[in-house]
Amino acid sequence: MALAKRIIPCLDVDNGRVVKGVNFVDIRDAGDPVEIAMRYNEQGADEVCFLDITASHEGRETTVHTVEQIAEHVFIPLTVGGGIRSIEDIRTMLNAGADKVSINTAAIHNPELVRESAQRFGSQCIVVAIDAKRVDDVDGLPRWEIFTHGGRKPTGINAVEWAVKMADLGAGEILLTSMDRDGTRNGFELGVTRAITDAVEIPVIASGGVGTLDHLVDGVILGGADAVLAASIFHFGEYSVPQAKAYMAEHGIEVRR
Amino acid sequence: MSGIVAVIDYGMGNLHSVASALQHVGADEVLVTNDADLIRKADRVVFPGVGAIRDCLSEIRRLKCDELLAQALTEQHIPVLAICVGLQAMMTRSQENDGVECLNMIPGEVRFFGNPLKDAQGQRLKVPHMGWNEVHQHTDHPLWAGIPDMSRFYFVHSYYVHAQDRSLLAGSVDYGVSADAALAQDNLFAVQFHPEKSAAAGLTLLKNFLEWNGQC
Repeated sequence: MALAKRIIPCLDVDNGRVVKGVNFVDIRDAGDPVEIAMRYNEQGADEVCFLDITASHEGRETTVHTVEQIAEHVFIPLTVGGGIRSIEDIRTMLNAGADKVSINTAAIHNPELVRESAQRFGSQCIVVAIDAKRVDDVDGLPRWEIFTHGGRKPTGINAVEWAVKMADLGAGEILLTSMDRDGTRNGFELGVTRAITDAVEIPVIASGGVGTLDHLVDGVILGGADAVLAASIFHFGEYSVPQAKAYMAEHGIEVRR
Repeated sequence: MSGIVAVIDYGMGNLHSVASALQHVGADEVLVTNDADLIRKADRVVFPGVGAIRDCLSEIRRLKCDELLAQALTEQHIPVLAICVGLQAMMTRSQENDGVECLNMIPGEVRFFGNPLKDAQGQRLKVPHMGWNEVHQHTDHPLWAGIPDMSRFYFVHSYYVHAQDRSLLAGSVDYGVSADAALAQDNLFAVQFHPEKSAAAGLTLLKNFLEWNGQC
């Protein structure tokens, strides 16, 4: 018996509303992040992740309010990511009730933000998000590079080396998304997942590409992930969190039930 | 009746989660404060904590929260719940931040999990210990009421507590080593995990705390 592998449903939130909605049969408002987070909590999700895709400043204030409401009703860990650029942004989200914040592009522009925020708020609440894409070397060996702007802009940074550097700077966790797989429902990119989980001592959340329950199992067993993040398979009611956990348990994975 | 629950605030991190969880399970009134007069009127005290221990301790001492805690424990004799770094701060010393002298209210050490950390099968374990792990209950303490043995609670920490007096051990967790997950002494219950983030099991523990008379 040991630490359970975590299942983390992820919601994209724009101006305080969940975009793309959620297809639960008995939910009143498919766009209400608070109601959806409560539902995942009831289903036994181990954490909930919010990706704030709001562009406007006013909209971001709405997000803060949403986080406050969720923290009042949901008693499992909540990670908030998207648009976190400064110590002040991190403080705002933590004070609103987020347990962790995930830093993505800002870490690339200013790696010191990771060190400074880990020192100030503790590593336990600093997640570094890495969006990786496969760009094979000349000799055909796989290599993964970090891309920004939704996978369009290469940075030239080696994703595995970057994960090690972020852990050294004080990140408490890595949220790894494969930009080759995100939205494809073809499963996690297991090569980069394995390479990063082997390279760092801190937990790694695998993300991007989940379409079946086998993909969740593969992410843990083959990829070595400590947690698996998925969106659409849960949102559209194809699978519930308890189904996913039962399936993982059948495959010998420790889960919380 | 829970009466007034004072959550001691020494300015390190967000205490809303603890306060909302206490309200959720029926606390009459929750005050997040470091005001000595308010804490003196409280019926129960929660001593939370997140972040790095050196910074926590310097704020605890600067705001005299250690005195407020000692007063709640030994003068007011009211139920006290310490959480995570709150528990760690009460030990004798911690290996974190190159070694820190703590409050020495519970003799014992706060140790690093080690690097590399391995389980009994030789599998590598990640540090921090982050996520849901099983807590083995060692006593029949009132705070465990209605919580099955080996229930999972949410942990997030890189250092773990080892109390000198093993009779204080109310719960333990296995993660490469056997770490103290809960210590109980008179009117104090101290946990390494986060009950406010541990779904039903955690909420039950908090509810038990609100109903506890401080006796073991």
